[in-house]
Amino acid sequence: MLTMILKRAAMAIPSLIGVVIVTFLLTRALPGDPAAYFAGPAATPQAIQEVRVKLGLDKPLIEQFGRYVVDLGHGNFGNSLTTGQPVLTELRTRLPASAELTLLGLLVSILIAVPLGIIAATRPNSLIDHACRLITTLGVSLPVFFTGLILVYVFYYLLGWAPAPLGRLDVFFDPPPQVTGFYLIDSLIARQPEVFMASLKQLILPALTLGIFSLAPIARMTRASMLAVLSSDFVRTARASGLSSYTVIVTYAFRNAMLPVITTLGMVFSFLLGANVLVEKVFAWPGIGSYAVEALLASDFAPVQGFVLTMAVMYVALNLIIDVLYGLIDPRVRLEA
Amino acid sequence: MTDIAATPRRDAALTALVRHARYVIAENPVTGFAFVLFVLIVLAAILGPDIVPHNPLTSDTTQALKPPSAHHWFGTDQLGRDVFSRVIVATRLDFFIAVASVALVFLMGGLAGVAAGFFGGWTDRVVGRIADTIMAFPLFVLAMGIVAALGNTVQNIVLATAIVNFPLYARIARAEANVRREAGFVEAARLSGNSDWRILAFQILPNVFPIMVVQMSLTMGYAILNAAGLSFIGLGVRPPTPEWGIMVAEGAAFMVSGEWWNAFFPGLALMVAVFCFNLLGDGLRDMVDPRRRT
Repeated sequence: MLTMILKRAAMAIPSLIGVVIVTFLLTRALPGDPAAYFAGPAATPQAIQEVRVKLGLDKPLIEQFGRYVVDLGHGNFGNSLTTGQPVLTELRTRLPASAELTLLGLLVSILIAVPLGIIAATRPNSLIDHACRLITTLGVSLPVFFTGLILVYVFYYLLGWAPAPLGRLDVFFDPPPQVTGFYLIDSLIARQPEVFMASLKQLILPALTLGIFSLAPIARMTRASMLAVLSSDFVRTARASGLSSYTVIVTYAFRNAMLPVITTLGMVFSFLLGANVLVEKVFAWPGIGSYAVEALLASDFAPVQGFVLTMAVMYVALNLIIDVLYGLIDPRVRLEA
Repeated sequence: MTDIAATPRRDAALTALVRHARYVIAENPVTGFAFVLFVLIVLAAILGPDIVPHNPLTSDTTQALKPPSAHHWFGTDQLGRDVFSRVIVATRLDFFIAVASVALVFLMGGLAGVAAGFFGGWTDRVVGRIADTIMAFPLFVLAMGIVAALGNTVQNIVLATAIVNFPLYARIARAEANVRREAGFVEAARLSGNSDWRILAFQILPNVFPIMVVQMSLTMGYAILNAAGLSFIGLGVRPPTPEWGIMVAEGAAFMVSGEWWNAFFPGLALMVAVFCFNLLGDGLRDMVDPRRRT
């Protein structure tokens, strides 16, 4: 098992190298002179020259790349031009907000999509199967920012059930003492049920938006793989042996059908991490996505670069975790490795 | 083969195709519906600016934020511009971005993939490595980074959307070219003295083409969503240009105060377009490859 994990981790290294090269090349592709760009619009030629030497832009490309890698190794992602803060610090303080939202969104979508897919597969061509097909097709067609706005309109403006879409916590509450950075968990640790409820209320709509968005691929995959497993020989044998349909579906079919679904999670994460940026903008969520968007609009490139790099590294890590998880669940994968 | 012999055969092939298409549509009326929608979208993209009742850029502050009415079907926005006219006029730009980016990735990904599958060796390794590196990023995030680095223009949105779709196209084209590499007709062409490049252009490409076209219609919806997402966060298209993503972004602020039509109708247009492309893509796939029907 350990060898399998190590082997799989080694496979992630080329991806990481590729990611670092691409993020490096993106800065060099900036239109115009990067030195003039980093020096700011009002800089004199001498100042630009100073910046050029300071940033090592007068050196050959390969040396610049070496310098970039060394900087990354020291956790130096550069400073934001607008706030003057180191990019890494800001990303670190904002990351829990994004992570809490994304993970809750994924949880919501799994809780809806998996049962939906299973029911649709056990009753093909029934009403619920058609409903499942309609929901999955609509789910891929709905722009995620549009879903978010509709939910805000219905649940905030019309019904008044949800709080205003303005960040993680109502202004009347103080954030709980930081342990994990996840308000839901931290408020429980600090035994502040009212803060827990308040942050949950803020989370529901954005998490639901992400959930609806990522529901389609999970439900579709669950349905397809359940259908395949249900028509296999061992399920027929189990049925013929007189096992209850609950045992057959849950114990026999479900566990086998989940394997391809876990594989699709990799793709789902690619969409979720991207959609996260849009949802953060709609709900004024103080995560790394909205940080990157603000920086983008101010033509402040260092935060954007740090953001792209962070997201890519997280995505590579998530794929690694998914593959390892797959090996843990399915002994066959372990044996092959 | 002379023209006289070729024409009836081509006619027969065409009739067969039409009959097959009619069969698929009869089997799945949803595809027929999607096709009608598609025609409407294309018409709106071509004729849009000539048929709309109001000028999409003329503002009239006395008429600002009026709800839908007989005069303004989709209401008016914060500057009193007619939302219906703006939604229709925006079709051209959104459609152009989607078509251009899909056509671009079709060229880049299709050619790179076919070459990788046909030649193998280092071509295959280079293309595979590039595709893997792109796949290592969450796609929308990479698109953001590319537009941020190359500059905030519509051309770069098209380019970024094409680049993030590259791995998908390259992989499919590679797989399709690879299985045909040793096929009998390729061997025959090679024995008759055709060069590798000639075989690639006249034997492999025409065979890979239909599958890639299906891929194009399947990714068209994603391309539109990706581009609209980028303009929603303020990249690429600038106000006052009518474009669905930016219109939703401009209308977003009014959603919390109840002026829903401002963001709703452009969002709905976006959704209908994506829905149409997805359905059409599924239908087209059924037509080209009945085995993949789900």
